[in-house]
Amino acid sequence: MSLTETGPVPAPAIDEEEAARARQDRINRIAKWTLPSAVMFFTILAWHLYVTINDIPHYVLPGPVLVAQSIVNDWNLLWPAMVLTSRLTLLALLFAILGGVTLAVAFTQSRWAEMSFFPYAVILQVTPVVAVAPLLQIYVDSAFVAALLCAWIVAFFPILSNTTIGLKSADHNLQDLFTIYGASRWQRLRYLAAPSALPFFLGGLKIAGGLALIGAVVAEFVIGRAGTGLGLASTLLEASYRFNFGRLYASLILISAMGVVIFAVTSTISHLMLRKWHESALKRD
Amino acid sequence: MALPIDQRPTLLTMSHVEKTFNGDVVALKDMNLAVNEGDFVSLLGPSGCGKSTALRLISGLLPPTRGKIAWDGGRNADDLGVVFQEPTLMPWATVAQNVWLPFRLKGVPYNQVRDEVLEALKLVGLDKFQNAYPRELSGGMKMRVSIARAMVTKPRLILMDEPFAALDEITRFKLNKDLLALKAAIDCTVIFVTHSVFESVFLSDRIVVMAARPGRVIHELHVDTPYPRDEDFRTSAEYAVHTRATSDALREAIGEAA
Repeated sequence: MSLTETGPVPAPAIDEEEAARARQDRINRIAKWTLPSAVMFFTILAWHLYVTINDIPHYVLPGPVLVAQSIVNDWNLLWPAMVLTSRLTLLALLFAILGGVTLAVAFTQSRWAEMSFFPYAVILQVTPVVAVAPLLQIYVDSAFVAALLCAWIVAFFPILSNTTIGLKSADHNLQDLFTIYGASRWQRLRYLAAPSALPFFLGGLKIAGGLALIGAVVAEFVIGRAGTGLGLASTLLEASYRFNFGRLYASLILISAMGVVIFAVTSTISHLMLRKWHESALKRD
Repeated sequence: MALPIDQRPTLLTMSHVEKTFNGDVVALKDMNLAVNEGDFVSLLGPSGCGKSTALRLISGLLPPTRGKIAWDGGRNADDLGVVFQEPTLMPWATVAQNVWLPFRLKGVPYNQVRDEVLEALKLVGLDKFQNAYPRELSGGMKMRVSIARAMVTKPRLILMDEPFAALDEITRFKLNKDLLALKAAIDCTVIFVTHSVFESVFLSDRIVVMAARPGRVIHELHVDTPYPRDEDFRTSAEYAVHTRATSDALREAIGEAA
């Protein structure tokens, strides 16, 4: 029996189906940016028309033009406020990472530590922070520290719980392998548990980033400018007392923008750290 | 290495080994087995016959409930390599880093053992993939990395727990053949758990047939065909004789359990 080899069939330069696929790809790429931009444009336009046509007073609903003016005119006030709120948010997030990861490691290294303290971490989490904030204000001398604590309480739990699950989720056979090769506790943590926990931690980080901002806003609302200085949330609150709705909306938009930036940054960090090996970061054809 | 089985020096001895789970489930009953240096021992039997339990006992991951497992001349940390049913690679580490693991856990930096790591990868035919991540490899290639990791320290004994069960037949045949070449190259002993008669006959010179409920050894067969064995062995009359004898022994093991 002999096998005949078929020679390579000369491929047509580009067939119709291929061209159609390339076209579809191009359309998808453009639509990814243009569609949400168009939605935003038309929403703002509709908002503008609604306000101008119905002659809505600016203390009920300011138009987009007024809000844009506020952002520009009040920039000297809004920018320092944003810096202040950012500092509170980022510090809270930083301590949430330190505290969450440290506690998670302690919990997984010692069952006694987990049994003793985990219930209290849960209680801390489920108690509404708005109810705790006034107490913090009373017992903590520095109002900034009180605000920081407030934001920290909200942000640290997702990091703690995700990292704890992650540290425990290492492959069982790999754990056996580490035992057979006589790995120390530290080697086990560093070479096995920590890399296994990384995707979980990064998931927690994305949630905690958003929560740190919420915590900072709540802290500013409850504890007020006396302690925290004039942050974006305090500015927003004050603008509402003065019926300065242009500034109120301007502050709100800047707070949202901060949230978007935090999400984008944490997502990028997560992608960069996992793209080489984790399923979540893989592109599929 | 062509010493007859009964003239090889003893590597380890299992005497009256018994393993009970939860107080009353007997996974393994009165197992006596002397493994010699250079043996290729297959543990063959239906599921529940305690073959994987036996492997975990030998690896030291489980303590026996009764009896003793003694290594001739004691056991060092790098006397043992293990291959599981899954490749069990660290997905966050490259192929070379995965193979480096046994050394790394002994505190040896990569630069000092780069040659050993690359040599092990070369033996399994993957030296070009040293910088790849496991997800970029096929199932068979991952298993090769796992085998390279098990043998990189040149252990005296390699334990394999149905390592090829999840692979397709073509890949499995290829890996069977390569495994025999590797074993000859690093001159070690292998204990191989399988439920395939054909695989056990092709690979081993000793087949230990086990029965279930309670898990125990019921037969030992010897395949005296000398190594190296190649693909022609699979279609030889000799192979047919051994597979028939092994099948009969396995049928008895299954019949007793039913």
